[in-house]
Amino acid sequence: MNDIRLETRGLSRHFGALVAVNAVDFKLGAGARHALIGPNGAGKTTFINLLTGVLAPTGGRVLLSGRDISGKAQAERVKLGIARTFQINRLFRGLSVLENVCIGMAERAGVAPAMVHPVGKRTDVIAEAMQLLATLKLEDIARHRVSELAYGRQRLVELAITIGLRPQVLLLDEPAAGVPSAESHIILDAIERLPADIAVLIIEHDMDVVFRFAKRVTVMVGGAVFAEGTPREIEADPRVRAIYLGQTGQREVHA
Amino acid sequence: MTAITARSEPEIVAASLDHPAALALINRHRWRWWETLPWLAAIAFYFAFPDYLGFGTELLITILFALSLDLALGYAGIITLGHAAFFGTGAYTVGLLAFHGIWTEPITSLLIAAAVAGAVGLLSGFVLLRTRGLTLLMLTICTMALLEQAANMAHEYTGGFDGLPSLPIAAVFGYFEFNPLYPNTQFLYTLGVVLVCFLFLRTLIYSPFGQSLTGIRENVLRMHAVGSPVKRRLIICYAISAAIAGIAGALWAQTNEYVNLSVLSLDRAATVLIILILGGYGRLYGAFLGAVAYLALEHFLARIYPTAWQLGLGLLLVAIALFARNGILGLVDGLWRRLRPRRAAR
Repeated sequence: MNDIRLETRGLSRHFGALVAVNAVDFKLGAGARHALIGPNGAGKTTFINLLTGVLAPTGGRVLLSGRDISGKAQAERVKLGIARTFQINRLFRGLSVLENVCIGMAERAGVAPAMVHPVGKRTDVIAEAMQLLATLKLEDIARHRVSELAYGRQRLVELAITIGLRPQVLLLDEPAAGVPSAESHIILDAIERLPADIAVLIIEHDMDVVFRFAKRVTVMVGGAVFAEGTPREIEADPRVRAIYLGQTGQREVHA
Repeated sequence: MTAITARSEPEIVAASLDHPAALALINRHRWRWWETLPWLAAIAFYFAFPDYLGFGTELLITILFALSLDLALGYAGIITLGHAAFFGTGAYTVGLLAFHGIWTEPITSLLIAAAVAGAVGLLSGFVLLRTRGLTLLMLTICTMALLEQAANMAHEYTGGFDGLPSLPIAAVFGYFEFNPLYPNTQFLYTLGVVLVCFLFLRTLIYSPFGQSLTGIRENVLRMHAVGSPVKRRLIICYAISAAIAGIAGALWAQTNEYVNLSVLSLDRAATVLIILILGGYGRLYGAFLGAVAYLALEHFLARIYPTAWQLGLGLLLVAIALFARNGILGLVDGLWRRLRPRRAAR
């Protein structure tokens, strides 16, 4: 099992008496397409925040390719290859789509501290960004200001910035959230065409998306791993159905 | 289905660089013809208004001070109302060195002033830039007030409230003397220094470092998430801005040949902020327009209404805040876009 990209061991986070994430053991292999599901307040976003270093854990460890990164700051983890999208867009709204991608790429390529050469001289970065935008079909709007775009396109820019970081591990926090269903396919298409070797973890509520995209599914409930398996196994698990389809258990459970 | 990749073939690279968005970014730092105009205007001013060269010198120094603030406030989004701390540090550095007969050569004095002001910026930035918004605003005012009081209390060295008069400043390049009655040397010397500082700031702003500052202003959380060392960038930016403000203060002390507590006052810090907002912040040339507009207004309004000229200024600011958030330059920009037919509608 050398191909484990991201692993957590007993990862926990308490907020006072509240246990948001409780001793989670989790593994994400190279090329994984893994979905994380669970009811609201299950601790999914807190878990992602622990993986990216936005929050410090109160217990347990995070390992990237076997290396303990629990003490590393967010920016360092990005450099090591963990990138994420946010549930709510975090974009440079006043700048063009191209600049949004270039800013991230400049940080990744180590160009960003340079003070003397102008941005325009780094045609390698600009070309790479344009190419990425082309594969995401954002080329035509590359010059537009992000704030002028429809929400679905903004979601795609969020994804483009993250892909431009060339991550080993990509964490997608509800990538299609807030996107009208008529536009959501552009996001899903883009996710399906991500480079094969990236390990992808997606938080998603829409079960159609989960089944279309994921090869494995982890169910979180109350901050702990409740079940894990292939989408079919999870779909067939009566306990999961009970939790996911309504705690009252009124619905029929099909095995 | 093609996989999304970030790697590319040479032909595709060439093709993607022809895209208007790419060209806009590639050509953004190019010098445009109208960027020469302010400097031509300054030279024309020298010949056209020989009696106003003192005023012109003050205008140039104000522009430089506003430019330094624009780097921190307009580009990096560091909210500060205490930038006179660095202007004053620069001025007092030159004043103390000259008054006590330690160092009077003007150009090296400027460099020393820049280093001292930059160091104060670095140290205070290290502490202050942990905070944001109103807290940061208050702390910048506090830093400035502390320095002002320190200058006041150390009157043995600084002359306290009276300041340091009749500073002996050596001739520029050992040849061009500063003459208080005919400030030709002062004007040209200041013009040269401001031009050099401007070219430095312009280079910085169009560099990847400058772009990352814009990113921090636009969305600091996203900058963290793309792996940017945000705090380090802000501190470096703040120190550079402080050094430039220090040069502006040093020029003020040299060309006036005195220093007093006004260089560290809240009044000065507020004025430069008003100038930047008036001209348009985060736009490089807002500092020029704002300084010209403010000093011209001060000059003419004060003639018409010597007692209440600031009322006119206040009304103008209200109008700017209500109708032209991006200042005079924002208005010009808007007009330009409306008058020009949309080229290559992308």
